Amino acid sequence: MKKYIVNFNKISLLFLCAISFLSLSHAQDQGALNMHENIGPLGFTPPIPISISGFSGEALDVLEFDLYVQGFKVVPSDQAQYQITGSSDGNIIGRVTDKYARKEILARSYSGANERREAHAFADDVVNAITGKTGIGQTKIAFKVEEPSGAGEIYVADFDGHNPQPVTTDGAIVAAPAWVPGSLALYYTSYKLGNPDIFYSDLSSGQRRVFAAFAGLNDSAAVSRDGRVAMILSRGGNPNVWVCNANGSGLKQLTRTHADDSCPCWSPDGQWICYATKIHSRRLLAKVSADGGEPQIISTAGAPDPTEPDWSPDGKWIAFCSQSGQYFNICVVPADGSAGPVVLVSGEHPSWSPNSRTLVYNHDIGYRPVLSVLDVFTKQHKTAQSVAGEDSEPAWAK
Amino acid sequence: MKINTVYSTALALAVVLAATGCKHKPVNVTPIPPGQGANVGENNPNTLPPGPPMSNPGENIGTQPIAPTGYNPDNFNQDSSTLAADTIHFAFDSAVIRDSDQASLQAVAAALQQNANDQLLVQGNCDERGTEEYNRSLGERRALAAREALSALGVSPDRVHEISFGKDKPVDPGHDDDAWSKNRRDDFVLLVPKAGM
Repeated sequence: MKKYIVNFNKISLLFLCAISFLSLSHAQDQGALNMHENIGPLGFTPPIPISISGFSGEALDVLEFDLYVQGFKVVPSDQAQYQITGSSDGNIIGRVTDKYARKEILARSYSGANERREAHAFADDVVNAITGKTGIGQTKIAFKVEEPSGAGEIYVADFDGHNPQPVTTDGAIVAAPAWVPGSLALYYTSYKLGNPDIFYSDLSSGQRRVFAAFAGLNDSAAVSRDGRVAMILSRGGNPNVWVCNANGSGLKQLTRTHADDSCPCWSPDGQWICYATKIHSRRLLAKVSADGGEPQIISTAGAPDPTEPDWSPDGKWIAFCSQSGQYFNICVVPADGSAGPVVLVSGEHPSWSPNSRTLVYNHDIGYRPVLSVLDVFTKQHKTAQSVAGEDSEPAWAK
Repeated sequence: MKINTVYSTALALAVVLAATGCKHKPVNVTPIPPGQGANVGENNPNTLPPGPPMSNPGENIGTQPIAPTGYNPDNFNQDSSTLAADTIHFAFDSAVIRDSDQASLQAVAAALQQNANDQLLVQGNCDERGTEEYNRSLGERRALAAREALSALGVSPDRVHEISFGKDKPVDPGHDDDAWSKNRRDDFVLLVPKAGM
């Protein structure tokens, strides 16, 4: 508990300084303990100490990666709260012992798949046994891979970047892949027909069709849980947020900013669409009702030039990218505006995991973007396996 | 570290920042007028120091938006050399056309007047700063801004099409101000009807 508070205050120190610029008296009213309660729900916690023994090779790599990016830290066995033991000769056999409770909380064997997949399944069971949460080990992501020419392809892969498979082979500029919730299907932008158009691709049948190819820009599809599509169209004369039904009917313009809107995302209840915009010469995040109405600003004070919002599936958080000069940071802010934004790591284009705990994003190594996975609540992150080229704009299947 | 220590450190820091951040009016200082032509604002070279925030600080609402018109790329050859010298450039995060680029736009309008069958493709581009889809929208707005300006010069918007490449097609692959200022641009490509079209 003590460690938790100390860790938190390192964060609150930055946070407090940031808001002090805006309103000193406000900061004085709050007080550290109130602040603690305010962003306490974010749950910044030290990682859970575990030990891993008996595994080797790919199985060990998978376990270490999966558990690290879900808030666990490998320590020597005598310092671990949970001891993970087992073997990976042939099939995976794994056990978890809670050293504090002095009992075994998981004992399972896996068969019928390759070592990597079995290890992901065991990692998910470890996460569930210790935290009660659903793990991310067997989830998928989509992303774009760009060549130096600017052209590229859409890929899907395991969440850690392994087993990549191309969805397109067009050699055209592509952008902004977005999953259809609960479905093996993607929307993405492609210049294949000479204009940025939105395509729909059914990954199980391999069939695709043009979804939106209006004159001007068709970009950044985002899909609600009931299949409605928010997107950026310039068909009204400006790049603005539009929405329509899954079959393309009911097309409606939601914003009329003269500047450029971009990057729409849905609240999980399908009520709101959050997007990046420019109001009174300032870059901001705003949300607009999916039925239309006046946009409302989402406060991201202290995190300049926000873009690329992504609303967590549990509805609590909006992750986004903030830009300072040429540096990009991944930030989160409570969706209800109850606290200011928190800077997590450097990077762009965050996308939430289905369990609202982890983000996949891209960040530059040199000037080449690669994908990384971040455990929001411990800030532990690891670079994913990459496809040759520039990997960016990851979208986590939910 | 205890909470109180951290908090009071933060508070002390905040107080210092707030204090040093305040602009005390200097005394016994002879005011010096700003130099002529100091480039401190794109549209207003001699802007005054900012006052308190205005409820509406003069947002550019632009002209009435002009909806894009479609065309079939298969029916045209793209001539990107004729108007290559007329590329126009933009300030960072801006889609406002500079007065200094009016001559280029007039040249583009004249070329379209001379070649009555040709149409125009405006290609909006951005520098590498800013996220990808933000830049794709910004590039679109830059291209639309040129289309609106050409319309004001008498070119029918039906003859002008636009495409945004965001930051996917830099002319200069560098990572400095020089490269960025070259990459924030609208390129003008003549669309010449193919024979028989």
